[in-house]
Amino acid sequence: MSENLTPPLDASSYIQHHLQHWEWKTSFGTYNVDTLLVSWVIGITFLFLFRWVAKRATVNTPGFLQNFVEMLYDFVQTQVKETFHGRSRLIAPLALTIFVWIFLMNFMDLIPVDVVPKLAEALGAPHFKAVPTADPNLTLGMSLSVFFLVIIYGIKIKGLKIYLKELTCKPFGCWLFPVNVIFRLVEELARPLSLGLRLFGNLYAGELIFILIALLGYGQWVLGVPWTIFHILIITIQAFIFMILTIVYLSLASEEH
Amino acid sequence: MEMSIQGVTLVANLQSITMIAVAILIGVGAIGTAIGFALLGGKFLEGSARQPEMMGQLQVKMFIIAGLLDTVTMIGVGVALFLLFANPFMSQLLDLLKIVK
Repeated sequence: MSENLTPPLDASSYIQHHLQHWEWKTSFGTYNVDTLLVSWVIGITFLFLFRWVAKRATVNTPGFLQNFVEMLYDFVQTQVKETFHGRSRLIAPLALTIFVWIFLMNFMDLIPVDVVPKLAEALGAPHFKAVPTADPNLTLGMSLSVFFLVIIYGIKIKGLKIYLKELTCKPFGCWLFPVNVIFRLVEELARPLSLGLRLFGNLYAGELIFILIALLGYGQWVLGVPWTIFHILIITIQAFIFMILTIVYLSLASEEH
Repeated sequence: MEMSIQGVTLVANLQSITMIAVAILIGVGAIGTAIGFALLGGKFLEGSARQPEMMGQLQVKMFIIAGLLDTVTMIGVGVALFLLFANPFMSQLLDLLKIVK
């Protein structure tokens, strides 16, 4: 059984091995099992953790974990209050979930390159990419969900008639409604596309540079340490930007009168 | 897998044009991002010097715009690295060469 799983030995096949997903091919399509597994485990873990902290919240002497969670909560709350000019009970929890979940998934990139794939190989998976956000399926899936939320919010807050009127009459008059719809479509589609691809591009490039640094042998500490430190900044900024842009798009969808 | 000299020439051509494409993608992206960040940072410093009490808010906004600036560059870098290490045209070419053989 270990004949198919012997590690590749030259640079190019090492890189190729690390860039392949653990795929499950069905007649419906291909599922990237590693992405699904890691993202679900991280999501469920952090949700249960936060819920546990919230249930045990105390004002007397809050522990470290409660302080930390409250700090995150305050941070997201201030951002939402500054940016979102409507009233909604969904926005702040959505923003918190997006920020923490994307940050934790990005954080998987800081684990040394070979650790998770070697562990997965011992359990029988031929390839394993440990960073879910380096999979465009996941990032575009998230931005597509945000896109649908924006549409639903627009219709819910403005009402279907006003929404359709704005859709068909906006830049030019109502008689030119195909042109208006096309303009609106392009603008609306560019947002989730850029949102998803931004996160994917940053994380894919970061992961690839980690793999390239890992090929340097003993000299990898010279390049590896500065890049890791820089990458910590990048993953935080990217999670933050996804969150802020979600809030901004939802805010724009619910005001434009 | 044996290949004639014509086959090797075709593969070498594809490799060289891929390298040029990757270089342009990364290089021009870097120029744009560098100029953008320079302007952004300069305006931020100017604004903080005029109104030091706004520095905190301006810093947050600066990071937001920094992420937006990076977007298309990073998409370009992602595409470039994908072409460099998992070139789809190469596998198509190799398949075609096997068929023609």
